[in-house]
Order: sequence, then C-alpha cells, then structure tokens
Amino acid sequence: MEIIKDKPGEKILLLGNEAITRGALEAGVDVATTYPGTPASEIADTFSAIAKYFIKQKKDPGFYFEYSINEKVALEIAGAAAISGLRAITSMKHVGLNVASDTYMTYMYIGCRGGHLIVTADDPYCHSSQNEQDNRYYALFGGAPMLEPSTPNEAKEMTRIGFEISEKLQSPILLRTTTRLNHVRSSIELKKMQKPKRIGNFEKNPMWVTTPDIARARHPELLKMLKVAEELSENSEFNKIINIGKSSDWGVVTSGVSFNYVKEVAEDLKLDVRILKLGMSNPLPKKMCKNFIKLCKNIIVVEELEPILENQFKVIAYELGEKVKFYDKSSGHFSSLFEYNPDIIAEAFSKIFKVKNPYIAAKTSDIKLPIRPPALCPGCPHRATYFAAKKAQPKDVIYPTDIGCYTLGRAKPLEMADLLLCMGSNAGTACGLAVATDKKIISFMGDSTFFHSGIPPVINAAHHNHDVVITILDNRTTAMTGHQPHPGTDFDGMGRPAKKIIVEDVCKGCGVEHIEVVDPNRIKETTEAFKRALNFKGTSVVVSKSPCILLENRDKIKRGEKILVYQIDQEKCQRCKTCIGRFGCPAIYFGKDESILIDEQQCNGCGNCATICPFIAIHIQEEK
Amino acid sequence: MKEKINIALTGVGGQGVVTAANILGITAVRAGINVFVSEVHGMAQRGGSVNCTVRLGDVSGPLIPNGTANAILSMEPSEALRYIRYSNKKTKIITDIVPIIPFTVATGDEKYPELKKIFNELENYGELYKVDAAKLANEAGALITKNVVMLGALAGADILPFKPDFLLGVILENVPNEYTSINKKAFELGFNSIKK
Repeated sequence: MEIIKDKPGEKILLLGNEAITRGALEAGVDVATTYPGTPASEIADTFSAIAKYFIKQKKDPGFYFEYSINEKVALEIAGAAAISGLRAITSMKHVGLNVASDTYMTYMYIGCRGGHLIVTADDPYCHSSQNEQDNRYYALFGGAPMLEPSTPNEAKEMTRIGFEISEKLQSPILLRTTTRLNHVRSSIELKKMQKPKRIGNFEKNPMWVTTPDIARARHPELLKMLKVAEELSENSEFNKIINIGKSSDWGVVTSGVSFNYVKEVAEDLKLDVRILKLGMSNPLPKKMCKNFIKLCKNIIVVEELEPILENQFKVIAYELGEKVKFYDKSSGHFSSLFEYNPDIIAEAFSKIFKVKNPYIAAKTSDIKLPIRPPALCPGCPHRATYFAAKKAQPKDVIYPTDIGCYTLGRAKPLEMADLLLCMGSNAGTACGLAVATDKKIISFMGDSTFFHSGIPPVINAAHHNHDVVITILDNRTTAMTGHQPHPGTDFDGMGRPAKKIIVEDVCKGCGVEHIEVVDPNRIKETTEAFKRALNFKGTSVVVSKSPCILLENRDKIKRGEKILVYQIDQEKCQRCKTCIGRFGCPAIYFGKDESILIDEQQCNGCGNCATICPFIAIHIQEEK
Repeated sequence: MKEKINIALTGVGGQGVVTAANILGITAVRAGINVFVSEVHGMAQRGGSVNCTVRLGDVSGPLIPNGTANAILSMEPSEALRYIRYSNKKTKIITDIVPIIPFTVATGDEKYPELKKIFNELENYGELYKVDAAKLANEAGALITKNVVMLGALAGADILPFKPDFLLGVILENVPNEYTSINKKAFELGFNSIKK
C-alpha cells in the first residue's frame, strides 16, 4: 500500500482526501470516525482500507476507525477520545456538520486535550449534495479555529500540523475543504509517520459537565482560546503574501481553492498584485490583515459562496479608518453562487483591471447533445420496489424520498420522488403530508439513512398513528457514497465481524404494528405487500430487502459465478413498452424500426424485466 | 517544466475516465513533473457525463481555462463535443468512435445526434483523431484494453512531456502480469493509429 510508505521525502500522487488521511497518520492519529458522504468519503475509506490491510495480516493498524451511525455520534466518539488525550479526526460532508452541530457547539466550550480535527467537506455547486452551505460560518458560529487548504499537499500538511495547533489551543479545530480539493489528485511529499498513543486517560473534572454554571464559566475560556488562536494565526506558515508582478496598491484576499485560480489568472493576465492567502482563516490574523490593507488602495476579495472574508475585511478597514475600494460580492464583481474556476476569475479580473480575458471559450456547438442524468443502475432492486409500489396504488400518491441512490427515482418513467430535504426527512415529511392532505403517502429511505436519522420519525409516526407507508430500501450497504458498511451489515469499517442490526426488528421496537418484509425482485408479492400496507389504517413499514446489484455481481464474479444477461425475443415482443416506458431500466433501448433491445454490456441480469413483460418475451440470453 | 499542458478527459460514468486520468497523474509524479488531476465522484458516476482534467507543468490548480486544452481525450464522441469550450484550433481532439446512448434517448425524451454530424463538427474545432478503440482492443486481445488504446493514442499525439514508453511502463504496473503483452499491444495500436 503506497499510502502507508514510511519514506520521508518521497513524492506520491494522492487524492486530496487520501492526503488528509496520510497527514493524520503522519501525526500519529489514534481515533478516526465518520459518517460517509461525498465529497468527504475517501478520507474514511482510506482509513478503512488501511485498517483492513493490517487486520488481514493479523497486525495492529495502530489506530481505531469506525463508520459511525451518523455524524453526531462520530463526533462524540472522536471527541471523547480527544478529551481523553488521544489524537482524533472526524470527517464528514458539509451537511453532516448540521447533524453534528448540537455536539459541536458545546464541545467548543469544553475543548479537548489531544488534538482533534473536524473535517468538513463543502460542496460548492452541489455536485452531489442537497445544498451548498458555506461551513466557514460554523467556524465563526462555534468559535473554532479553521484551516483551509488549497492543494492536496497543503491539506496533508495542515492535517499534520493541525493536530499540534489543536493541542496548543486545547480545542478542536475545523479543516474546511471543498470538492475541488477533496477530489483533486496531486503530488504529495511524504513525511515521517508517528506512532499512535493508543491508550487515553480521562481525567475527571467538573468542567467537562456542561451544566449552566459550567457553561457560563466555559464561554469566557472559549473567547480566551480564540485570542491565543489569533496569535497563532499571525505567525502561521499558512497565512502568507504572494507578490505577482511589480509592487502595486492592488491586493487580493483569498483562501482555499480560490487561491489557485487567483494566482494563475493574475500571472496569465500579467497583473501587478499582492495576494494575501489565508490558510488559517479563523481567527483572522488581524495585524497581518491591517498591514495588508494599509499597503492597498484597492482590495479584491475572492472567496466561493458566502462573503465571509469580505465582511470581516470591511470591518477591519473601518476600524483602521483606511479608505480602500473593495471589489467583491457586494460590489457585484463576484457571485455567492456555485463553484469558481479560472474562467470566472479571469472574467472578473479583466473587468476590474480593464484588460482582455485571455481565455476564449470555443463557441458552443449548435448540435444539441442528449443530457445524461445519473440513473438507478440496471438491475437495481430499488427500481423493482418502485415499480411494485406504483402498481399497488397507481394514482393519488405522494412520495417523500431521502438522501441516497433512490433520489434517482425522480427520473422518468418512475417519477417517484416528490419531496426531499435531508437525511431522514422522508418519514417526518410523510407524516406531515398525511396530516395536511387527503392523499396516500408512500415514503422511501435507504437502510443506512434509516439508521442515520430515520428511526426517530418512525417512532413519532407509530406513536401518533400517522397513516403513512414508510418504505425502507434495505440493500445492505451505503451504496451512493461508495458501499460503506452500516449497522445493518455483519462487519465493520475495520473489516471485523460486527453485530448486525435488523431493520424490521428495530421497526417492531419502534412500535410499528404493520410491517411487511419483501424481496422486491418478487414483484407480484411486493405489490400485494404494498396494497396491504396501504389498506392498514395507521403507520406501516415495508422493508424491501435485496442487496445492491453492484455488490451482488462483484461477489458473484469473485466466486467464479457467471452473470446471466437477458434478451428480448423479437418475435414475441409486442412493443407494449412496459419494460422501457414504465420500468425504465437503462440497459433497455429502442433499436431500428421501433424494436426494443437489451444492451448486454449494461444488463446486470436481475431478470425483473422478464417478470414484468406481459408477453413473456424476455429470457436469459447467454453467459456474460 | 515552464510550460503548461492541459488535457481534458471525457466520457460516461463507468468507462474508466477517472482511472485513465489517474494513470497520467502517476506518470507525471514519477517523471518529476508538477501535476493536478480533477475527478468526479459520487452521484456523477451513475451513468452520467464525466469530465476529468489533467494539468501538467507550471500550473497552480486542476481546472482548465476555456480554450486552453492541448488535448481532449474522449471515450465517447458526443462527450468530446460537450466539453468543446476547452478547445482551440490547435487542440488535438482524440475520440473513440462508439456512441453510448443515454437512457433519456431510450425513453424517447432526447435524441442522439448523427455520428457523422458530430465528427464534422469536431473537425471544425480542432485537429480530430478518430480511434476505433474497441476494434484495436480486440485486435490486441481483449476489449477491456480500450482505455489503454486511447492512452496510446494520446501518447501518439506529441503533447505529453514524457516518453510513450514511460507512460506504458506505469500502465503495465497497474495490470496483472499475464495481461502485459495484450496491454502493450493495445497501447502500440493506439499509438500507431495516430502516428501513422
């Protein structure tokens, strides 16, 4: 495994997320926790792969790692370890910090003894997220020191040094990344690996118990810590000025990946500017910022999403009484929306400096290209569940959905995703819709989502006897984010055997009186189960159990079994379009003369199209 | 290396675009060349359009500015056209010729343009090289080496800052020993398809 090489000075190619894991290993991390979510997943997946690699050889990986049930629990486990003096890292996607925020806000009051990095992976442009919230606000909100890397190598260094900063301050710190850092590969210079400590020591102290009197005593300590952090920020190697061209009174303030674009565009436009790159962006190094402002008559603030640096710099300039012209979001030169890129920065700079933008996009072609929205995979058991649910009640149904592959049920021809907010929201909104409307409600969530935050709304539904059908799509994995285990699997993130928690048993314990457990590939039985659930007055749950087809086929291939693909008998096919127009498997397509065919490269051999074909025209073709 | 080399890799989720970009990245690090590779993960992979970028040399970030690609390497014809904004007249547009029809076309909501039209259009934008990767891969001995054919073609386009054999060496490290000769042949067929 290249990532665990202990060869200081050697350079290897790593993904930004892998670089963060490597940085933690170089800092001798003891405990790593997560709930997986794009774009953060590979940080934890790398810990998982390393742990499995060692455990397979009956060796000690040196650290403890787990995929926790949700981000809040992940933060609590790592937080308690850090309170006990160990080094800990907790990684999550940006919205995960919302889930962990209750813990986070008070954890900031009491702090930690071992270093603790909380990695928040933000997703400007919502590449794979339900919003593009700017978690730099969490640094200001909770009072957490924050590091923002621009490149994978910097991410590794910030992680490694971040533990030292956290320990100096006796406070957890945020490492804030964005997708264009997490999912960028670049050259990483390896440093020496440190051995983890492993055994922590929890020293009992009333200060750890945040009753109101203690909270009142701790809040001033948090503010004091931030003062010390500001001093660290003044002297941080991560805050620096980079001069491009000749000395001038033009300054650019930036952080994170935006720095990359600013530097390159300033060079390409041959500008004379000084760039203040803020790698430790909370708390701001106020003295450094003041000195920078004094050198400038014009300041451009380049930051994706919210005007956080912009607002703070305006306050500092006001305090200084300096007359500086700002070019930023409020002046209309930059947007608070989406992700930046070199073109956006070049366009803004060319307007500000009245120079020509050197990047000329080739004009868009007049040829209209077909869109390629992501779709449920061929053979996905969710499609069968959707098909059966729709068959049970074709009209007047609202389908609240949830975060996971099943959001793809929104696409034609299924169109069975009507309302989505966040992890676990399907069941809560289902009950609200049952209260508010006279429609039937069938909601959908995955098994990992159920464990994450879907259980409380199920209890709430049962307790209030809301008339809803809550479907749990149990494919035995966290599929969308990369097939991580969860409490419903019989192994954990280190590859060790684990207690498997049964979804329907949990639902029974939640007080649900009508529970149907089905195999969605038996479409007829599944349809009947949905009918019974719909007829039941009150809360019913349908647990639809079938493994993710990608995992199932991978295991089949490993075992040396063949995947049998299907084909359509053109003699028997009546072109009724049930398979293509109602079931909607992406492996099925129109051939010449309205014929309907199955792409054998794409077919995963679930056979559900054969089941639903009214003319029995689909059958197993041959071995693939 | 003072200059900048920008390569856009395009295709459809599952075609191995990310792996191809990764191999170029590893090769650059081995050659001591500064490199950034951007990838797409998560939801974008489920059959969606995939665009990775590889930047080599004096670059400070992974994203390619418009009109500055030295090459567009596309595993699917229409996907080369989708990211054509990266191109200029000198851009080497190297594309596989086999279309992958999205399900939106299968359901009748969208149309896949005539292939000939796509190729004619690509010729207007830059230097077009069409590669029948499936045919060459089968000729080499295995369809699965399609992407190695495409990387061979890229190596034949005279834009990479390392020798073709150096890239081939990294590719061969990443395939099982018994497939070495097949992959070598696939690379060479790809290379020769452009070089002539």
